[in-house]
Amino acid sequence: MALQSLDIIRRSATTTPPPGVRQTEKLAKLIDISKCIGCKACQVACMEWNDTRDAIGHNHGVLDDPMDLTENSWTVMRYSEVETDRGLEWLIRKDGCMHCADPGCLKACPAPGAIVQYSNGIVDFHEENCIGCGYCITGCPFNIPRLSKKDSKVYKCTLCADRVAVGLEPACVKTCPTGAIVFGTKEKMIQHAEERLVDLKERGYAHAGLYNPKGVGGTHVMYVLPHADAPSLYHGLPDEPKIDFWVAFWKGAAKPIGNWLLGLVAFAAFLHYITVGPNEADEANDKEPEHAGGKP
Amino acid sequence: MSTQDNRIVRATAPERVNHWLVAILFVLAALGGLALFHPFFFWFTNLFGSPTWARIAHPFIGALLFFVFLRLAARWAGDCRLTDDDRQWLRQIYDVIGKHEEKLPEAGRFNAGQKCLFWFQLFALCLLLVTGVVIWRPWFAPSFSIPIIRVAVVAHGVTAFLFVAAILVHIYAAFWVKGSIKGMTTGWVTRAWAKKFHPGWYRQVSGGK
Amino acid sequence: MTNHWVDIKNANVIIVMGGNAAEAHPCGFKWVTEAKAHNQAKFIVIDPRFTRSASVADLYAPLRTGTDIAFLGGVINYLLSHDKIQHEYVKAYTNASFIVADGYKFGEGLFSGYDEATRTYDRSSWAYEIGPDGYAKIDETMQNRRCVLQLLKSHYSRYTPETVSGICGTPKETFLKVCELIATTSVPNRTLTFMYALGWTQHSVGSQMIRTAAMVQLLLGNVGMAGGGVNALRGHSNIQGLTDLGLLSDLLPGYLTLPRENETDYQAYIAKRALKPLRPGQMSYWQNYGKFHVSLMKAWYGANATTGNNWCYDWLPKLDKVYDVLQVFELMAQGKLNGYVCQGFNPLGSIPNKAKLIKAMSQLKYLVVIDPLATETSCFWENHGDYNDVDPAKIATEVIRLPSTCFAEENGSLTNSGRWLQWHYKGAPPPGDAKPDADIIAGIFLKLRELYRKEGGAFPDPILNLTWDYAIPHAPAPEELAREYNGKALADLTDPKDPTKVLMKRGQLLDGFAQLRDDGSTSCGCWLYSGAWTEKGNMMARRDNYDPSGLGSTLNWAFAWPANRRVLYNRASCDLQGRPWDPNRKLVYWDGIKWTGADVPDFKPDSAPAEGMSPFIMQPEGVGRLFALDKMAEGPFPEHYEPFETPIATNPLHPRVISNPAARVFRDDLAAFGTSKEYPYAATTYRVTEHFHFWTKHTLLSSILQPEQFVEIGEELAKEKGIRAGDLVKVWSKRGFIKAKAVVTKRIKPLKVNGTTVYHVGIPIHWGFKGIARDGYLANTLTPFVGDANTQTPEFKSFLVNIEKA
Repeated sequence: MALQSLDIIRRSATTTPPPGVRQTEKLAKLIDISKCIGCKACQVACMEWNDTRDAIGHNHGVLDDPMDLTENSWTVMRYSEVETDRGLEWLIRKDGCMHCADPGCLKACPAPGAIVQYSNGIVDFHEENCIGCGYCITGCPFNIPRLSKKDSKVYKCTLCADRVAVGLEPACVKTCPTGAIVFGTKEKMIQHAEERLVDLKERGYAHAGLYNPKGVGGTHVMYVLPHADAPSLYHGLPDEPKIDFWVAFWKGAAKPIGNWLLGLVAFAAFLHYITVGPNEADEANDKEPEHAGGKP
Repeated sequence: MSTQDNRIVRATAPERVNHWLVAILFVLAALGGLALFHPFFFWFTNLFGSPTWARIAHPFIGALLFFVFLRLAARWAGDCRLTDDDRQWLRQIYDVIGKHEEKLPEAGRFNAGQKCLFWFQLFALCLLLVTGVVIWRPWFAPSFSIPIIRVAVVAHGVTAFLFVAAILVHIYAAFWVKGSIKGMTTGWVTRAWAKKFHPGWYRQVSGGK
Repeated sequence: MTNHWVDIKNANVIIVMGGNAAEAHPCGFKWVTEAKAHNQAKFIVIDPRFTRSASVADLYAPLRTGTDIAFLGGVINYLLSHDKIQHEYVKAYTNASFIVADGYKFGEGLFSGYDEATRTYDRSSWAYEIGPDGYAKIDETMQNRRCVLQLLKSHYSRYTPETVSGICGTPKETFLKVCELIATTSVPNRTLTFMYALGWTQHSVGSQMIRTAAMVQLLLGNVGMAGGGVNALRGHSNIQGLTDLGLLSDLLPGYLTLPRENETDYQAYIAKRALKPLRPGQMSYWQNYGKFHVSLMKAWYGANATTGNNWCYDWLPKLDKVYDVLQVFELMAQGKLNGYVCQGFNPLGSIPNKAKLIKAMSQLKYLVVIDPLATETSCFWENHGDYNDVDPAKIATEVIRLPSTCFAEENGSLTNSGRWLQWHYKGAPPPGDAKPDADIIAGIFLKLRELYRKEGGAFPDPILNLTWDYAIPHAPAPEELAREYNGKALADLTDPKDPTKVLMKRGQLLDGFAQLRDDGSTSCGCWLYSGAWTEKGNMMARRDNYDPSGLGSTLNWAFAWPANRRVLYNRASCDLQGRPWDPNRKLVYWDGIKWTGADVPDFKPDSAPAEGMSPFIMQPEGVGRLFALDKMAEGPFPEHYEPFETPIATNPLHPRVISNPAARVFRDDLAAFGTSKEYPYAATTYRVTEHFHFWTKHTLLSSILQPEQFVEIGEELAKEKGIRAGDLVKVWSKRGFIKAKAVVTKRIKPLKVNGTTVYHVGIPIHWGFKGIARDGYLANTLTPFVGDANTQTPEFKSFLVNIEKA
């Protein structure tokens, strides 16, 4: 949703600098999985703040519901029952947009200004510019954006860009009863995470760590993971997310190569025409039945 | 085919309609595709009413293009079989672009370049259709996994680019070889034109004269 | 709660058992998180299911449903046999040294005094040995064979780790790990807190489960300490308030009790309750019972209550028996009760054995339902297919539905689990014709009074003379009611030591219950709430969270009963000399002149430690009871009894006495219990975090989060039964069946119990045939009609079912 307009650092499908007269601090949301109790209050707060409502669905043999992110559910809890060296663990992860520093969705988007990145790090969809092609879905390393069946626009967590713009924390942060979700400058969030890691390591989680993956330039939504050596334990959180090779090629090298190719073809034709000249049949000697190079 | 004065029928009305339908659909598909490919071309979307309409229209145009081309392919496939002469023609491509038709093996109704274009188009349109369906939102894409869609998008783009490049060559060739455009617009070409550029075909239509 | 929510952060070890705080109390659970993050607290969850609480626990111990006493009895045995108790505390602050009278004994599962015919105990032998001075005898060496400590040791010596593991199914090593962690808090500067909820109360031995935890805490010296205590997590926002005002049918407000039918004499009624000290120098605060009682009667009957008529004592109902919900529906089913007013209550969902309830309600002449929602109870006569398969043509009950407001549509106070009365304000006008409950009750009362006035009646006095001086009689304001329960002076109150000194002018609101009199000069609707709305204003509306001690003792935040005290029994947080056991938990202390500190001392403020008054001032003996005397219906020491429907068909401790011999059970219902042969699986009902009881299935957001009824089973049972996740399954007990989706999980493991394998079936409640979530079956279609012996709370947590793919 569009609210901020002076502090945009990246704008989809735009080759000129975006408006960036105002620069803000880098912000981040930190989700401490070791404190999360999977109560889904964040799901409710998200729907309430954004005034979206998913359909009343079905039970699918698990506690997850809605089963997946949708245009109305911008965050869902993912529950994984895993056996580790500590015995049974029920790993619960709040899934949603990670707000990558190097956002694959924005890179993939062909519609100018449909996806922007603010200087605070929030990656925001401006649905009024969205054309519904779904390229962002292809570009996202975390499988987050969802295309609405109703309006064919793509929706995802905005990190409550509207609230943050006026100095509030995101709705999920405000509602989280255990303080598992915290929000602040990215620097402070990293510090906070480090304190948490000391506690977790004392409790025997030797591989506890911060999930702030380098492959996408770091993220503005980070996780404290008790098992940071195996992020995929957490319902398939990518171990090493990065913008996919094909997406990078298509939105990287392919663009200049393609344009140059067409330009070159056109230029070659032009050169050819002005050097070789038009190829005309000799209408004057039309009666001549023979053709010099022809075979009988 | 019949001759009349010094004019020969190059393309019948149904063929011409079919060709130009393909041409128009191709241009529309190409404009829409290019618009989504690079911001430089994004303004093409306005030709369709709005960016979203451009996105909606593109796959339908593409699908239509495919089927209209299939009809054309049915008309011309027989004339587009590659022969040994064609292969020789291709080997002498420098004579082609240097206007030395006299040194080239005799071209039939279509020369080897046109034939190659024809077969390439058929292949490319098939590929574009398949990859296009894979990435077609909101209808079909949700049935495919994201990694497949990623490859499909690139395949679609690369194919489309080669296609556009090939068509650019085709358009230029029509412009360069004077009389060609008239042949496809009015249906008629002159004997001289036919003799010069498609002697094999000329002999065929003129009864071996 | 003996303590309060914020205080959980002070704990070193936290046990959630008989509850699932993370799911059912997620907001309060933040203090567990806080204790872990900033107090290095270790968090233990003991539950048949690996719950969302367990997902953030340091240690999870599975146990079979209904075996908590065996587990905690094992803990007591561990603490005693490993000498991990707080010696000074146990000796001075508990009745460990008290000598028990000779008649008391225990053997073969029964305590002395059992009468099989009435299923009750004659509790007279469960008593202290009383000396010639009228005081209980003690042995300070605690070596006397009949002293409580020795009896305790002997009683729980049977609860060895092997026995515990055999009954509970908890692996022995896990049980011992729990014991070791608990034992670390027996030192004076470490505390353990217990957090429990319906997982303990809803058993046929529920009260005794809670008592066992209290005993563990007394042995560890954790009662009265910051970060200690036994903490009941209440379910509804104001269920603590309802309890305080007389939830149980034999209670009056403030835990005063209704007389029994043989108590026709007022003086005897008071004398029986105003207990004299059982040890020298003790306070025995209930000696003030008369003051509380008279003030209550003055609040109700004003000038009509006089010494002459014993403060209207004759107008109080005299109970022939306890009219708990099970009793009421039993009477209804027998056709002996034919009208029912049901306020803020959905018994069709909340009382066991739905088939019996339908039968009972179908016999009513009328049913009045006062509720903000169209509850199942108010639609019990509607046919909803399998979900409610009744024939409306055969039900003649007239149902009257009176729409009421919900909490957000009215001002008022809510009493939370930590006994805080917090004032809240109306957030929105009620929809349609909905009225506040007080207005509805007032309307009914005024109409009744008018009828009594016009037509007379068998006994009109209590109605005609009830004080009803609200500004708008048909709409008593919450503020007026609050001032009424706070109490006021009905005459100038003078200082008993100096009659010329007027302490309170006539008409002034009282500062607290210490000012109450038994001469009719004060009125007070609930003595415990006195102090909530004083001349200084509404204490419940205070919102200053200044916390000078850092212990969460925010005395200027709202009002906590009693007397704004935050931690009950806090005198026990100090040693005999009045110095805190732990200097970092300085709740109260003796400063040489008086008791003072961060909390309001739960003690006589000027009683110097040397005077020897003990900390548990509500008890005649002044100390915490390891031996409960005659206060519990099934015995002074908690004993493990199996659920009435037990999956092992025996009690390994005493096969002849399997289940609680004194539990609330009616003869017809005994026949409706299933056996493990037909119903082999242990079932338990519970809540999930996405829903609140039967309410939120009426709200869209909660229904989105958990749209459809499900049951949870372990992977092993699912495999055995060929059930896959998401399949529709049928679950049935001897009383009925439900159908629901199956959630197949690793979180419910089979347990090795008494040589067999016990599987659990988890049955969340929440669904029914009204609301916007997908229709479902009321879970209480399955549950047995049996209740705790003391509170009559039904045994929703342990029963037997069978399960098949539907």
